[in-house]
Amino acid sequence: MSQTATMASTPVTGSQAAVEPSGPRPKPFFTPKKIILYTTLVFFSLYYLFPLYVMVVTSLKTMPEIRFGNIFALPQTPNLDAWVRAWTSACTGLTCEGLAPGFWNSVKITIPSTIVSIFIAAVNGYALVNWRFKGSEVFFAILIFGSFIPYQVMLYPLVMITRELKIFGTLQAVILIHTVFGMPILTLLFRNYFASLPQELFKAARVDGAGFWRIFFEIMLPMSLPIFVVALILQVTGIWNDFLFGVVFAGTQNYPMTVQLNNIVNSAQGTPEYNVNMAATVLTGLVPLTVYFVSGKWFVRGVAAGAVKG
Amino acid sequence: MQHSVSIRDLSLNFGNVKVLEHLNLDIAQGEFIVLLGPSGCGKSTLLNCIAGLLDVSGGQIFISGKNVTWEEPKDRGIGMVFQSYALYPQMTVERNLSFGLRVAGMPKAEIEQRVKRAAEILQIEPLLQRKPANLSGGQRQRVAIGRALVRDVDVFLFDEPLSNLDAKLRSDLRVEIKRLHQRLKNTMIYVTHDQIEALTLADRIAIMKNGVIQQLADPHTIYNKPVNLYVAGFIGSPSMNFIEGTLDGANFTANDGTVIPVGSYEYVAGAPAGAAKAVLGVRPEHIFLGAEAEAMPYKAQAEIEIVEPMGSETLAWTKVAGIPVTFRCSSDIVINAGDKVTVGFDIARGSMFDATTEERL
Repeated sequence: MSQTATMASTPVTGSQAAVEPSGPRPKPFFTPKKIILYTTLVFFSLYYLFPLYVMVVTSLKTMPEIRFGNIFALPQTPNLDAWVRAWTSACTGLTCEGLAPGFWNSVKITIPSTIVSIFIAAVNGYALVNWRFKGSEVFFAILIFGSFIPYQVMLYPLVMITRELKIFGTLQAVILIHTVFGMPILTLLFRNYFASLPQELFKAARVDGAGFWRIFFEIMLPMSLPIFVVALILQVTGIWNDFLFGVVFAGTQNYPMTVQLNNIVNSAQGTPEYNVNMAATVLTGLVPLTVYFVSGKWFVRGVAAGAVKG
Repeated sequence: MQHSVSIRDLSLNFGNVKVLEHLNLDIAQGEFIVLLGPSGCGKSTLLNCIAGLLDVSGGQIFISGKNVTWEEPKDRGIGMVFQSYALYPQMTVERNLSFGLRVAGMPKAEIEQRVKRAAEILQIEPLLQRKPANLSGGQRQRVAIGRALVRDVDVFLFDEPLSNLDAKLRSDLRVEIKRLHQRLKNTMIYVTHDQIEALTLADRIAIMKNGVIQQLADPHTIYNKPVNLYVAGFIGSPSMNFIEGTLDGANFTANDGTVIPVGSYEYVAGAPAGAAKAVLGVRPEHIFLGAEAEAMPYKAQAEIEIVEPMGSETLAWTKVAGIPVTFRCSSDIVINAGDKVTVGFDIARGSMFDATTEERL
C-alpha cells in the first residue's frame, strides 16, 4: 500500500507516464510490424487468387463476350453453359463426352492406389521402427534413395514390366505404378511418425502379449490419425494431379481426368473455347482443392508430427 | 530354496559396446530388489533383458525355475511398469487393464473379476471408464501398476516408475508400492536412480556402475559399510566426506599432516601391513559437535563456513584436516557461520578405503 502511495506522489514527467501501468499491457493495432505483416499477406493472397478469379469469371461468360477482351470484367449475364459442356460434351480427342468419364477414371485410379499405398507404407514404417531386423537400415536407405530418381528414367523399364505382367494399358497398371512410387515418401513419413511415439507403449504391448498385427491395429493405428490424413492428402492430390503415368500406362479408354483435360484444352480443331477450357480446368482442380480445405487443420498438425525425429 | 529370478553370466553388447558383462544375480521369492545407479549404468538394460524386450548376447535368465532366455515377454510370467506409464491412450482405464488378458483370450467373466480386484487394490474403481488423458500423473501410474497386477504374474518389473511424478506424489506412491509389496508378496525388481527410493523400498539394493554390480546388500549394509569408494560416494545425501592420507597402524595421517586415530576401526580383512595410501570416509551425521565431540577419539577446533538449515536438521560446512566437510546436526543447536566449534568423530562408524584399488579396507 505504502509503495503505491509513494509511486503516485512522484511527480510525473512527460505525457506518456500519465497512465499508471496496471493490468494487461495495451496492444495497439496499428504498429509498424502489423502493418507490414498484413500488407504482405494481403498482397500475396491477391497475387495467388487473381488467376483463379480470371478463370472463374471467364468460365461464366459467353464466347462473344470473351472475344470482346475485358478478361478482368465480371460476366454480363453469368451462365453455367460452359460448365455443363465441359462436363458432358466437350471433345476429348475423338470422343465428345466431356470430362465425366475422365473424372470416374481418376476416381477408379485414385481410391485403390491411395488405400493400398498408405496401408503398405504404414506397415513398412511400423516395422522399420519397432521390429528392427537385420539390414532394416539398409532397406530403408535404399527405399529413400528411390525417391531421388526421376520418374522418366524408370518409365521405359516399367512399360516393359507391365507388358510382361500383361496389365499394360489397364487401370491395374496405373494403380500398381502409383502404389510403388508412393512408397518412399510415405514410408519415410510413417517411420518418422512412429519413431516419435513413445517406445515404451510398444514394449508395454509386447509384455501384454500382443503380436505384430495386434500392436499395429490396436495400439499404433488409433494413435496415427494425423499422419494418415497427411498421407491421404499427399496421395489423393498427387495421384489425382498425375499426368505422366496416366497417359503412359492407363490406355485410351482409362485416361484420367488430367489427360482428358489436356486433350480438351490442347485440341487443335476449331476455335478454342476459353470458357469451356476454364470450366474444365476448375472442375479438374476441384477434388484436390476440396481435400485441402476439408483437412487443412489435420494436415498442418500431421506434418508437424511427422517432421520431428529423423 | 528356489530362486524367483536368477541371472547367470548375462552379457549384452550393442555392437562393440559392452553394456552388461558376465552379470550374476539371484533374487529370492518375494524379495524386493532395487537396481540403483546413475543413468547409463545398464540398470534399465538389465531390466529389459529380464522382461525379454532385449535379446541377450550371452548367459541365461531363469524365472521361477524356468529358463526363459529365449521366451517371449508374455511367456515369462512378468508384469512391467514404465516410467512414462505407457498407457494405451485410446483405451479406457478398464480396457487398458484388460488388454493383456483379452490378447490371451481369457473368458470375459474372469477378465472382469481380475480387473475389479486390481482396481480395488489400487483404488481406481471410479476411474475405470476414463481415458488416460483425463487422469493425473499419480492415477496414471496406478493404472500402469494395475496392468501388471491383473496378469497375476510372479515377478513385477518397475522401470523408474516414479521419476515423472512431483516430489509429493512420489513419496506417497513410494509408500503405496511398499504396501502393495507387503500385501502381494510378489518378487519385485525396481530400477531407479533415486537413492531414497532405493533405501526405503528395497530388501536388497544392487548398486550398478558400467554394467557391473558393485555391491548387492541390504540398505543398512550398503549405507554403513559401502564396499568401495564408488558406492560410498553414490549413496547418502549430502555425500560422505572423504579425507585422503596415509594409514600406518593405529594412525591415519591426512595429507596436511593432521593425525587421526583409527584404532577402533574394524577392518574387513585385517589392517594392512606397513604404511599405505588410504581414503578415510565419514558420513555427515557421524561428525559431532561440542560436548559430544569431546568424547570422540578424534576432535579438532574448526570454524563454521556455511550453515544450511533444512528444517528438521541443519547442515554445516567446515574444514577438517584442510578439507571441506559437511556435517549434520539437530536444528535445535544454534550455529552460525564464523563460529568456532569443536568437531569430532569416531572412525568405528566410518569407512576406510585403499587409495589405489578403492576397495573397502
